[in-house]
Amino acid sequence: MTASLTVAERRIGLLISILLALMGLVMAAAAGHGVMSLHGFMALALGLGLAFILGGSLYEAEAPADRLSRYYDAPTRFGISMTLIWAMIGMAVGVWVAALLYWPEGTPAWPATSFGRLRPVHTTGIIFGFGGNALIATSFHVLQRTSRARLADSVSPWAVLIGYNLFCVWAVTGYMLGSTQSKEYAEAEWYADIWLVVIWVTYFVLYLRTLARRNEPHIYVANWYYLAFILVVAMLHIVNNLALPVQWTSAESFPIWAGVQDAMVQWWYGHNAVAFFLTSGFLGMLYYFLPVRSGRPIWSYRLSIVSFWGIVFFYIWVGSHHLHYTALPFWAQTLGMTFSIMLLVPSWASAGNAIATLNGAWHKVRDDATLRFMFVAAVFYGLSTFEGSFLAIRPVNSLSHYTDWTVGHVHSGTLGWVAMIVFGAIYTIVPQLSGKTDMASATAVEWHFWLAVSGTLIYVISMWNAGITQGLMWRAYEENGALSYSFVESVEAMAPYYLLRTIGGGLFLAGAVICAWNCRVTMRRAVGHATDRPLVAQPAE
Amino acid sequence: MLKLHYNLEKISMGLVAAIILAASVGGIVEIAPLFTIDETVELPDDLRPHTPLELAGREIYIREGCYACHSQMVRSLADELDRYGPYSLASESAYDHPMLWGSKRTGPDLARLGEKYSDAWHVAHLINPRDVVPASIMPSYPWLTRSLDTELLSPSLATLARLGVPYDEAMIAAADADAAAQSRPDSDAMDGFIERYGERPAARDFDGDPSRLTEMDAVVAYLQSLGTLTDAPYQILTEGGQ
Repeated sequence: MTASLTVAERRIGLLISILLALMGLVMAAAAGHGVMSLHGFMALALGLGLAFILGGSLYEAEAPADRLSRYYDAPTRFGISMTLIWAMIGMAVGVWVAALLYWPEGTPAWPATSFGRLRPVHTTGIIFGFGGNALIATSFHVLQRTSRARLADSVSPWAVLIGYNLFCVWAVTGYMLGSTQSKEYAEAEWYADIWLVVIWVTYFVLYLRTLARRNEPHIYVANWYYLAFILVVAMLHIVNNLALPVQWTSAESFPIWAGVQDAMVQWWYGHNAVAFFLTSGFLGMLYYFLPVRSGRPIWSYRLSIVSFWGIVFFYIWVGSHHLHYTALPFWAQTLGMTFSIMLLVPSWASAGNAIATLNGAWHKVRDDATLRFMFVAAVFYGLSTFEGSFLAIRPVNSLSHYTDWTVGHVHSGTLGWVAMIVFGAIYTIVPQLSGKTDMASATAVEWHFWLAVSGTLIYVISMWNAGITQGLMWRAYEENGALSYSFVESVEAMAPYYLLRTIGGGLFLAGAVICAWNCRVTMRRAVGHATDRPLVAQPAE
Repeated sequence: MLKLHYNLEKISMGLVAAIILAASVGGIVEIAPLFTIDETVELPDDLRPHTPLELAGREIYIREGCYACHSQMVRSLADELDRYGPYSLASESAYDHPMLWGSKRTGPDLARLGEKYSDAWHVAHLINPRDVVPASIMPSYPWLTRSLDTELLSPSLATLARLGVPYDEAMIAAADADAAAQSRPDSDAMDGFIERYGERPAARDFDGDPSRLTEMDAVVAYLQSLGTLTDAPYQILTEGGQ
């Protein structure tokens, strides 16, 4: 990290690190005890660690003079490493909690490792740790290449990545220690939420400053998606997390929203976390890496415009389909259902555009496992968006809601689409940034591909069966008008499916571990820099 | 139209503004009216907020992530009415910051759980679910027998009062004493508790150990209060039947 920074930049970094350490010290001292104090000490340790690294490098060699004529890829490499570390943590905890549903005693009798506390560790570890790091890292790569400009400065990319990972660590350790505000996918407490806003603003400013330096007149479609991801996630995060802390010196807080309004705000957030965190940014990834890897231009530029604005406008409405038949007013449920069905049009336009792009390159899909990851991602994107619109229809939802069908649907999106496109992007980026043409082991990529595909299919199919069985058992009546099954009978019926999904998840995890190993070996054998360069030399700062 | 977009792609702040605009409409149309249309939440006269002990139990319910497997929202479907009881009303969670409607039923819905089972059943079930339901896959919570930390109770009530939950000054000041009193109905503090919260909240030694105020007391008090904060859903069902 330090070798790529100028001495002046190292000084700025040192100052920021000291401020971080001071902030941690104030938090720890003010809270005195409990989670917030521990989190203060974490920030203090991180700040001091960074200060030592940067302080120690103040008198080392200056950054190479020709650095401004190259893209700045060191943050991307760090982001990819964090992506893979979080993938292994998040997926391992996922397999663990899946196993607990089959084998409830399979965890130490400590509060920190009980199912209810580990479950948000899995969701946050995957969505924010794995997904978020992948988005930030690839966005830096794509932004520079499509703008033909170097990142606007060298300090803020590090601030964004390191600060973001501090948020992730605060969040997951907080849950294990019992600190949560219970809002799904927004469980982190108020000070972590404020911290994320600071990081996010830094990210947005860096993005716009780099765009402003672009040497291409047009902003490429991938950047529209990354911009939508940054902007709308900020909007969702702030509104959903508005809360009043019980005291400024403790982690506990109460959301300002209550009851039915809170439910609507929560699922407006929750479903659009799927839309703008787990879809928009990853479509940005797809729109860059798929054409790059297949060597084919995007099939239709017009279709990409229609699908982009369709997704941005329609998605925001659909959250209320999580609340069918509940105490949410009927009109709001109906709006959610209607827009969910309309959403299929831009979703399939994107998936179709991606698959049509591969026309003429099918031999590459056959031979290149990396491109196959992206192809499978596009197919699963199409499948799970169809399933999503289908499940949002009120009568279908009456059967599927509250069951494992929803869990299966989410995982067909996250495993089949999000993770697959990330792995496709990683296998494209890692050799390139290591000055190579291929990953260290092509066989390992093949193994990873088939483990990922089989794991996803086993997981999703077992959850479909589980969900439909549950839904049907809950609503089954005897001829005399009594319910056929007690609730616990429906729990017992789930056992084989819960076992299968654990195996499916385990296969997927094994693939991710192979990927991490393969990336590590490739990065360690790195020879120099990425070979591509900005079109125009950047003026000296 | 395409020409317009062709130009928009060259202006980053234009794209930013257009994205914010397009992404704001849906949220505004769906969320804002929920605060202005009176029929959205019709507060019944008998709706009471949680007592301090129940509130402490609710915080533990949140801390342990119970909401990940248990919903608290009976939908207006025949089988749910037969299985759980009257469908949930928006007013029942009007004082809930946050709501705990849930999104998944790995275990059953809990909206109508209050007073369905005995306190002793809940205590045994929480310590080891498989002692009372052999096929259960619920985690055990043996650590709930530890003492309840009441340090934040009073400021919690004060915070909720600021957000519009009807806790008055006396309730905020006496939060600790009221939490203890609710689990020891024979103590002197009980008169004050009844004065502030009335006769309706169940006041018992919930965990069977009168010597200590435990997290178990709080959780069981909370679970026994579910669905009992107002009679409105039961009345609507009876009226509908007639």
